[in-house]
Amino acid sequence: MRYLPKSTSERREMLDAVGVPSIETLFESIPEQFRLKEPLNLPDAMSEQEIIEYFRARAKENSVGYTSFLGAGVYNHLRSVVTDALIQRGEFLTSYTPYQAEISQGTLQAIFEFQTLMCQLTGMEVANASMWDGSTATTEAVLMAERLTGRHRVVVARSLHPEYRQVLETYTRNLGLRIDEIGFSGTGQVDATRLEDAITSETAAVVVQSPNFFGVLEQMPSLAALAHSRGALLVVSIAEGVSLGAVRPPAEADIVAMEGQSFGLAPSYGGPYAGVIATRDKFVRQMPGRLAGETVDSGGKRGYVLTLATREQHIRREKATSNICTNQALCALAVNIHLCLLGKEGLKELAAQNLAKARFALDELEKIRGVRRAFSGPYFNEFVVEFPRSVKMVNAELLKHKIIGPLPVGSYFSDLTKRGLFCVTETISRTEIERMAEAIRDILSKPI
Amino acid sequence: MYPNDYRYTKDHEWIKVSGDTGTIGITDYAQHELGDVVFVEMPAVGTKVSAGKVFGTVESVKAVSEIFAPVSGEVTETNATLTSTPETLNSDPHGGAWLIKIKLANPSELSGLMDAAAYQAFISEKEASA
Repeated sequence: MRYLPKSTSERREMLDAVGVPSIETLFESIPEQFRLKEPLNLPDAMSEQEIIEYFRARAKENSVGYTSFLGAGVYNHLRSVVTDALIQRGEFLTSYTPYQAEISQGTLQAIFEFQTLMCQLTGMEVANASMWDGSTATTEAVLMAERLTGRHRVVVARSLHPEYRQVLETYTRNLGLRIDEIGFSGTGQVDATRLEDAITSETAAVVVQSPNFFGVLEQMPSLAALAHSRGALLVVSIAEGVSLGAVRPPAEADIVAMEGQSFGLAPSYGGPYAGVIATRDKFVRQMPGRLAGETVDSGGKRGYVLTLATREQHIRREKATSNICTNQALCALAVNIHLCLLGKEGLKELAAQNLAKARFALDELEKIRGVRRAFSGPYFNEFVVEFPRSVKMVNAELLKHKIIGPLPVGSYFSDLTKRGLFCVTETISRTEIERMAEAIRDILSKPI
Repeated sequence: MYPNDYRYTKDHEWIKVSGDTGTIGITDYAQHELGDVVFVEMPAVGTKVSAGKVFGTVESVKAVSEIFAPVSGEVTETNATLTSTPETLNSDPHGGAWLIKIKLANPSELSGLMDAAAYQAFISEKEASA
């Protein structure tokens, strides 16, 4: 968007042209009581020097030199400077909605490549141009399943990230969707026996996450068979995309919703990230968001366009398939670049490192008296460990060693206190893992 | 152009009645306004449709339009050829590209529809004012 400066006399000229006495007159359609009468409560403007000082002071508040074992939906992975250098090019950084194919070929091609990579990763046939993040993508997948089946109940695994479940509840609170939750067994996987009873002829979809919130991988083929036997769809949510370098893609799923953060996007306080929705070709018309397609121009040359846009909000208004019309183009581009840098073998190698380090960390922890693995199911780079005392207490001590400990699972699940969710990625060295285990051994050996 | 034995709606659907079965489609005017049709979404057999209510959508390269039922009834058949060749709607809207067949629930609703002459007058007026 261009910057259009305007002077006081130019404002006057424009107001005269429209025929109104003041800018305030333009807001008269807003009822009096809703209009703000005083200036916004903002601090005074600062000089350039003051701003620099201010941000230097804030930067000093950042914690540096800590080793973090936090994951649970946001993952620390190595990022290449190449990604940032490329996405900051003006052509990408400032580009807006590529409705006009004539001037947006680069952006559209990048989106098309992103979609292709997402299909290859998830085992699906079609992926969209990205959504906000993993949680909203999961919710949109549920709404899509409702449209496809005409049913209005969903069975959601309790092991779906609790914050994803909150987003689903908020989003659907007034949409007449009934959400039934299904627990987990000792493996940490969805309780298949209870699931069988929970799915009815009214169930639109079964929603699971894999690796799930506890880091445990779900048994996709049997879950899909159970859902399909009652005419329900299987929605698979993936928060840690790097797992797809080591485990089979959820090819039995009907809709895959994924968080793209692990691929080249920094944790950055929770966003912006890039959500992914991928599905089967036959469901493409109920897929939310936008889609770039490959075509040929009048000269027969390859080109890219936004496709199936007739179902989108800017054309169909309130009758649009979904009102989530925007996408995270720049974040999706970062994901695209990051994955291209990694390559197929690079992703496999990365996943193997995560798996090996997580296994090593769990082995080290299990050697500590009183510490045991909470779930027996297969895991990727996250796992839950049970401690003989409060996780928060252990974490407070770990911080003194500059170690950010595991996520206290009890904060989300009142039935799972004293359990900590560890995440171990390639960014953590063997020495750091040993240091963490040693610190925990030391903490637990002392009386409370 | 517009068959005399059909009845028409202001939303540009037609219905041909034989016994208690009505065959429903969209008019030549509608297909022309829509442009190249790429996808047709129809209800499942057994679905109950009500007069004036949406029962399906037709997607063209420029828009997605809803199709309204001229009268009430239960869907007995849908036109499978439209799934593979939706473009038939552009070439043969009054014949081979019918959308659904229904068992009429209330045949008296037919009296509220236009005949061919009235429909033709309706669209000429529309075109004149456009």
